[in-house]
Formats: sequence, structure tokens, C-alpha cells
Amino acid sequence: MKIEETTSAIVSEFESFDDWMDKYNYLIELGKSLPLIDEKYKVEANLIQGCQSRVWLHAEFDGNLIHFTADSDAVITKGIANLLIRTFSGQPPQEILDSSTEFLKEIGLTEHLSPTRSNGMLSMIKQIKMYALAFKTKAAMGN
Amino acid sequence: MSPELKTQITGIDPEKIRIDFPILGRKVHNKPLVYFDNAATTQKPQVVIDALVNYYTGLNSNVHRGVHYLSQQATVAFEEVRQKIQRFINARFCHEIIYTRGCTESINLVAASWGRANIGPGDEILISGMEHHSNIVPWQMLCEEKGAALKVCPLHPDGSLDMQAYSAMLGEKTRMVAITHISNTLGTVNPVKEITRLAHEKGITVLIDGAQALSHMKVDVQDIGCDFYAFSAHKVYGPMGIGGLYGREEVLNAMPPYQGGGEMIKSVTFEKTIYNELPFKFEAGTPNVGDVIGFGAAIEYISNIGLDQIGAWEHELLAYATEKLSADPLVRIIGTAPGKASLISFLIDGIHPYDAGTIIDHMGIAVRTGTHCTQPLMDSLGISGTIRASFAFYNTKQEIDRLIEAIEKVKEFFL
Ligand SMILES: Cc1ncc(COP(=O)(O)O)c(C=O)c1O
Repeated sequence: MKIEETTSAIVSEFESFDDWMDKYNYLIELGKSLPLIDEKYKVEANLIQGCQSRVWLHAEFDGNLIHFTADSDAVITKGIANLLIRTFSGQPPQEILDSSTEFLKEIGLTEHLSPTRSNGMLSMIKQIKMYALAFKTKAAMGN
Repeated sequence: MSPELKTQITGIDPEKIRIDFPILGRKVHNKPLVYFDNAATTQKPQVVIDALVNYYTGLNSNVHRGVHYLSQQATVAFEEVRQKIQRFINARFCHEIIYTRGCTESINLVAASWGRANIGPGDEILISGMEHHSNIVPWQMLCEEKGAALKVCPLHPDGSLDMQAYSAMLGEKTRMVAITHISNTLGTVNPVKEITRLAHEKGITVLIDGAQALSHMKVDVQDIGCDFYAFSAHKVYGPMGIGGLYGREEVLNAMPPYQGGGEMIKSVTFEKTIYNELPFKFEAGTPNVGDVIGFGAAIEYISNIGLDQIGAWEHELLAYATEKLSADPLVRIIGTAPGKASLISFLIDGIHPYDAGTIIDHMGIAVRTGTHCTQPLMDSLGISGTIRASFAFYNTKQEIDRLIEAIEKVKEFFL
């Protein structure tokens, strides 16, 4: 599935909620159902800076696509990680670099979660894009 | 409102007080705002807002320079506030009050200026395990520059300072003790008079970080006896970007200036500059006149209400909140020192403070979550952060009830 298809699916899922409680319940559910990260990747090097909760993000590149896994000690943050992984995992580096994160505004997450420094959502996106750039460069050098 | 919720004991009627604070009437997430983040910054009464507006609409001009009318009036107003602060904290002289941008700059001023002249290789600076980053990092920078060592006095499990350890750590090489009056994370009120006495017995200079104290209790710097006392206006119902440093005259006179520029000089030639006298020696550049005047209005406002009254009501709120929170077996209060100031740090079993804080925010309640700029303290407690509710005299017991309801909601969400 293309990134835009995923993001528009996410947007319509969130549109069906009419109050913040439903939205957060859904996020919490997403947090609880985030596929487990391999414990060996929950290391200092994979920690994302600038979050109030701890967030680990691990990336693997199979030569074409990047696969992300993540974990956090806060459930809401895990829910957000789940959305981001659903959007970006299994995509080629260039697609990730070209993608827009406007959909997060549309589902009211940048607006409703506390500012960037504490929720780490933007830090996660930045890290995802950094991995994409790094793997893209690596692939280019390999050719 | 049920009658017992109003206090007759303290004479403070928060419902009346609240009218003075326009922001308290607003809504957040479509619910009436409950503001429990007073340790981060306090809200401003209308008289402070008016003082700022009046200054800029009727008095604005540069101080200490012009012979013209406005400049003279502004200078008078500016210097009158210095006297207000002097009386407020009972300093001997008004020139012992240095205007700064706030508590952080005050501590940096001492570390840079006093530290430059008095700290050398092998010297020690003693702080405590409950310090705010603002009372850690300037000393760390100084130690690094001078080859000195930063020592940290440990805490008891309840969050009070281990005074036995403190006495023992005052050594031959200790030059400075820098300790907070009230912990912004635990609420602990430190015995600053005793801390100062013990340090002075050994000829050690003492700085007290008063950021959290001025709004809650009557502070008397002469009674404490400390050499420096640092504070911020915005935590005492005044504007942001202004604060002060109290320094004992003898100590301030012996210090080199902090920053160079206008205002802090008596005469300048390219060969030599003669520095101005106190307090101007430490106030380089055009000062923040408008906010000083706002600060003056804040001091007057709370002085009229009375810090005894304020303290009494805040303690009633603290006792009420402590009782309610303690009744919840899943809530763990962090910091239980006797005689605490009116803030409560807590954790809810099995729920990350960030998750809890997000839901509490949606219930219209402003609490702080995280490390509260006391990361080393969090590390020593083995926790990654807390939820902190900090109360001011405009808060009510009904608001605490709303926090308790919000915590129930949090549990529904996550457990
Ligand atoms: C104990 C303590 N010290 C210092 C500070 C720093 O104050 P400011 O940021 O106003 O300079 C704070 C503010 O959070 C504090 O709580």
C-alpha cells in the first residue's frame, strides 16, 4: 500500500470519532497492539531524544524497503508509534523522504497532544526520515 | 458549594481572589481551566497586567539617563520597586537587590562573578540532590573551568535533606553551598537558616535558590543569614523575564562585575573603566523597566493579602489533596517531608506520567509531567518522572476534587 493510501485510511478512521475520549481509547488500543520489538533493540542507541517518555525505534533495510519496529514506556506514545509504523514501514527510502505528515494535523494529533518536546511524535518522524536518507545514501553507494 | 469548602480559618476566599486573575475564567478543552502548574509559573492578577499596560501607555522611557520628565518618573518607579523588594525579603539595603532576568540568571551571575574571583583548582561547591538544573549547571560549568569539584548532599527517603551528611560534607575545601529553599519537585522546605549557620561557621559562602519560596512564605534574608538569595518574579504572580538577586553588601562589593556595558560604569576611557557602585555595577545595559514595575505590583498585591493567609490556605489545600490522593492505593506520593510546600508529585501505579498527564490535560486540568528540570533527582529516585500538581492561593478544594475525578478517568483509560 502506498503511503498516501495508508494516511487517508488513518484519517477516515479518526474522522469517525466524535469525541476526544474515543480517539484516545483508540490510540491506547493501538498502543497496546503495537507489535513487540525485539528486546535486543531496546538499547540506548535506539532511544529517540527529546521525549518525555522513552521511545525506541529500530530500522532494518532489505535493500529495497525499510522495516521499522518501535516501543515506548508510555501507551499513548506507543499508539502514535503504531500509526507511524503502519504508515512508513515497508516503504522504500525515497517514498518516505517524499511523504508529507500533514495527516497528523488532520487527525488532530499535533493539535491535541502536548507540544513536540514532550510527545516525541515529531522526533520520531525526524528519525524515520533520517533512516530513509541514510539507507538511500547507502543503497546509492552500493550501486 | 457546600459550606465546609469555604474557609473561615484562613480568611482567604478563593472565589473572591479568583476574580482578580482573568485567565482563571477561561476554558481549556471546553472545560473550566484548573490551573495546577503554579510551581512552573503563577498566573497574573489584573493589577499586574494593568501595571504593565500603564507603564507602556504612560511612562515608558529609559531610566537613569534623561533629565526629562518621563525618564525621571520611570526611574523613580523603577527604584521604588527595588525598595519594595528590599522590604519584601527584609534586606538591609535596597542596593543589595540586583535586577536580573530571573532566578537562573541570578545564579549564573554568582557563579560567573563570585565564582571567577573565589573558586580555584581543588575547591568544592556543595549542592543538594534535589536541585533544579538552574542550580546545578552553572556550578558544573564553573567547576569545569576552574578544576573545582561539585559535591552533592544526599536526601532522606522522604525527600528531606540529610543534615548529618550535610554537616559532614562541609569540608576544608568547600567554598560555596548552593541549595534550594523549596524543592520544585518534592515540595521539601529546607532548613535554610541552619544550612547557612553551619556553612558560615566554616567561613563558607551560601546561596539559596528561592525560586519556589517567595510565593508561599515570608522570606527574611537577614534572618536566614545567607550571602545570596535568587528569585524570579513570574513565580510570585509577576511578569516573566524579571527577577532578582539579593546579595550581602560586603560580598557584592568584593565581586567583579558580571557583564560589561552601559549603566554599570561610572566613567569610561579606552584605557580604564571605573565601575559603578551597587547595585548598578551588576546591571549592564537598559534594564527591563516595564516588568520591574509589574513585579512591584505583584509584590504589593500579595503583601496586601498577606503571605500568612496565603500560606495557610495553601496548606489547607495541600492537606486536602494529600488526604484524597493517599486514599487511592494506586497513587504513590513522591516527597513526604514534614512541613512541605503546597505541591504534590505523584505516580499512578502502572501508568506512565505522560499518559496520565495527557488525559488529565483533556479534562481541563493543567498539571506538569516529566522530570521538572530535576533529572538527577529522578535518577536517584529510580523513576523517569512524576505528575506534579502545585497549588496557589487561588485554587480551591473543588478543583482538587476535579483532579481526583480525572485520576479515576485515567485509570479507566489505562488499567
Ligand atoms: C527550584 C527552582 N530553581 C530555579 C528555577 C529557575 O527559575 P527561572 O526559570 O525562572 O529562572 C526554578 C523554576 O522552575 C525552580 O523551580
